[in-house]
Amino acid sequence: MSLIEVRNVSKQFGGLAALTDVSFVLNKGEILGLIGPNGAGKTTMFNVINGFYPPTKGDVLLKGEKVSNLKPHVLCKLGVARTFQVVKPLQRMSTLDNVIASAFIRTKSKAQAEEISMEVLKFTNLYEDRMFISKGLPLGKRKRLEIARALATKPEIILLDESFAGLNPTEINEQIEIVNKIRTDKGITILIIEHHMRVIMSISDRIVVLSYGQKIAEGTPLEIGRNPVVIEAYLGEAHNA
Amino acid sequence: MKKFLPLIVFALLCIVPFFGLSTYVMHILILVLIWSVIGMGWNILGGYTGQVSFGHAAFFGMGAYAAGLLYQHLGISAWWGLPVCVLILTALSLIVGYICLRLRGAYFALATLALGEICRVAAENLVDFTKGNMGIMLRERTWVDKTWYFYIILLIAAGTYILIKMVMESKLGYYFVAIREDQDAAESLGINTTFYKTISLCISGVLTGIAGAYYMNYMGYIDPSTVFPLSEVSIATVVVVMVGGAATYWGPIVGAVIMVFLAEEIRSIPFIGAAHQTIFGIILILIIMFLPNGIVGDFRKLIKPLSRAKRECHHEFN
Repeated sequence: MSLIEVRNVSKQFGGLAALTDVSFVLNKGEILGLIGPNGAGKTTMFNVINGFYPPTKGDVLLKGEKVSNLKPHVLCKLGVARTFQVVKPLQRMSTLDNVIASAFIRTKSKAQAEEISMEVLKFTNLYEDRMFISKGLPLGKRKRLEIARALATKPEIILLDESFAGLNPTEINEQIEIVNKIRTDKGITILIIEHHMRVIMSISDRIVVLSYGQKIAEGTPLEIGRNPVVIEAYLGEAHNA
Repeated sequence: MKKFLPLIVFALLCIVPFFGLSTYVMHILILVLIWSVIGMGWNILGGYTGQVSFGHAAFFGMGAYAAGLLYQHLGISAWWGLPVCVLILTALSLIVGYICLRLRGAYFALATLALGEICRVAAENLVDFTKGNMGIMLRERTWVDKTWYFYIILLIAAGTYILIKMVMESKLGYYFVAIREDQDAAESLGINTTFYKTISLCISGVLTGIAGAYYMNYMGYIDPSTVFPLSEVSIATVVVVMVGGAATYWGPIVGAVIMVFLAEEIRSIPFIGAAHQTIFGIILILIIMFLPNGIVGDFRKLIKPLSRAKRECHHEFN
């Protein structure tokens, strides 16, 4: 069953076409990777799905309903949560308060919001850091805080924007484990942007490749790894070297 | 101890009128409480929600004029201004919020600056309605003595304090601070930023307006240049909160104490007195440079050198 359907989406910023006629489907329960060279339009795609930008042309459908012109906070209520590539912690709040603020979307009572937050913090291994001001956390933990906040909104779909960038190998393994657990334990569908090839190849069920705003390939990690168009556009030099 | 501090302060203030203080001292205390209420109101929007307003004179003046005009045109007691201004200021806040709160940062600040000035110019020119620069005067005061005036503003201030504490410990408070820290992140966490900013503006505007309506009753006379001025109300509000400490419960109160006493002290100095605005400006610059979180927010930083100095000249003091 398709949860999100991106149908012929184009997005233009003035004369710049960031996305041209992109279509793909995110099925329930899968991890879909979104890859592409720098400037391919991956984050723009996220911003369109998430409601930060309305698409210039085309539609985004959530469970068959058009959601192209809804605002991010409405989409969040409908079950679409996201993380940011450049982390946006609520700086002067503690880690716990960051998560509580997000948990309030499903409850009015502070006690309940706190309960949800504690569970999420344990899930993401941030429980020990809950009283720290989020500004002072190291990058790895701030990336995980992004995930924790998204989880606290009890989403059905989570959009992860480069949650692995800038992490060291130990942190990457820990993060992979968490992302896998999000699917297996919580049954949340994941759309993930990632540059880290080892991660994306091992984690995703299917991969969509963008280049210069166009979809150039779609398939299993194995197919994508062998696709000559993808190799040329994206893996080309690395493959030859 | 810290938990009971508000209660202790409240209890102390309750017995103040029994000390037989002079009318002048009582007047100063009342001014401090008025400024505390305005400061706490501003703090909700500017401190916690991070939407800095340079136009709170608009809300203060609207409250004052609401009370004054009820008396002037309908002949009823100006005290009715207190409940009536809640309605008027909620309406004003909704309109202003709808127009201005799509703007962010400095643009919002500029829009509020304009709002304050628009209100002042309107009050000066709508002579038939507001009496223009002649102002509005209550022909009889409710009480000659200041005791009851003091208790009323004390109740308003205590109520404001409790309201803010309740708001900040609820969902609303978390949302306000989330919006201050990062609007995009807040939006993606399911927070309708425009809606919650408008709520914040409403609370802020109504509290400031109540202070204004009280001011009309207490002073018995208002004109556009005393309740709508840029420097003496709008900017002074920002100064009070910044000096005391934005986004702290006690900041506006401490700021009000300091600024009201300073204003009185400086004004009484010959020759320099006229320059008290300049001196406020200098104080604000110094505070922003050295205590960016205000006296309450940076209290630890403030007492560190003091306690060290105390230790060093310990024997001198003994």
